[in-house]
Amino acid sequence: MDLSWMGWTAFTATFFAVIACFLVIMIVWEKLRPGGAPKVGILGFETTRGDRLFISLLGSAFIHIGWLFFIGGILWWALAISVVYGLAVFKWA
Amino acid sequence: MQKKLNQKAWFLVLPVFLLVAFSAIIPLMTVVNYSVQDSFGNNEFFWVGAEWFSEILNSERFHSALGRQLLFSAIILLIEIPLGIFIALKIPKQGWAVSLCLVLMALPLLIPWNVVGTIWQIFAREDIGLLGYVLAALDVDYNYTQNSTDAWITIIIMDVWHWTSLVVLLCYAGLSSIPDAYYQAAKIDGASRWATFRYIQLPKLKRVLLIAVLLRFMDSFMIYTEPFVVTGGGPGNATTFLSIDLVKMAIGQFDLGPAAAFSLIYFLIVLLLSWVFYTIMTANEGKTNQS
Repeated sequence: MDLSWMGWTAFTATFFAVIACFLVIMIVWEKLRPGGAPKVGILGFETTRGDRLFISLLGSAFIHIGWLFFIGGILWWALAISVVYGLAVFKWA
Repeated sequence: MQKKLNQKAWFLVLPVFLLVAFSAIIPLMTVVNYSVQDSFGNNEFFWVGAEWFSEILNSERFHSALGRQLLFSAIILLIEIPLGIFIALKIPKQGWAVSLCLVLMALPLLIPWNVVGTIWQIFAREDIGLLGYVLAALDVDYNYTQNSTDAWITIIIMDVWHWTSLVVLLCYAGLSSIPDAYYQAAKIDGASRWATFRYIQLPKLKRVLLIAVLLRFMDSFMIYTEPFVVTGGGPGNATTFLSIDLVKMAIGQFDLGPAAAFSLIYFLIVLLLSWVFYTIMTANEGKTNQS
């Protein structure tokens, strides 16, 4: 099957592989610790593990967009901020 | 005795999952792939990194379309929500007129979007349309094809005509669910019409209003067909909203890379706003359940 029209690159394949890994980790985590670990953190409303992953990913996307809009150039710093942000969300959100 | 959980039913979801994979996930992956590359056709791609994203985020064209889109959604909400509540309050609660009113309210919702656009395009024309003809007869200077303000007024009135009914029907359903005891208590207390609305009807409408605001905001934020049929995004770019601009870029100019970056940014904005609305709705639900 010719998939050249999809224009795959190593970068985008890695990006989707990481997302897929997150989903697999979440499934395994849920199997090990069922219930989604709901809690009310600094956001002021109840979040489950899945909510926290979604907030991390969505927030990371906007961190990258914000970086490109306000600063521009290489995105490694935006990625580093996103990782810190994601960890903070899982810890305190 | 603890029942054994049977997970085999998940296989029933498999066809839907495959369908969604083909119709949504694979196209989304392709859009992500295109957004970081330049293409000259014949499936030849050249890596450009985040260049298209920077270009779109810093382009005046995108800012203008986003500004118009936000303004349009804000105007639509400011008109349709209060008007929908007002009409719902005026619809009789019993008798033969109830069915008539509800059928009349539901009619605009049954008309396809492109037909609504065509109806209003003809309706507003001076030569063959009733509205355009009447306005011309009254010496009103109105031309939606050449004047930006007229084009905006036409599109807003068209959307209000098409979608206020949805708010009306939701609010009417909310009002119908308020028990008579509340009104009787208000009457005994000598509450005015305004006080009854402010302290009984409006709080009881809160949940349906959240749904109405969510639906109308999201729909107006992604509007394409009606303004495209009526004005084609013009005059100039006066009614070029995000979706119209995106289609122009992707299909008109065949700029697949920038269009892919554009659509991903648009998608993220929609996703963020949907999440905000969902969070507000579910947070209120939690509070309601607790009380």
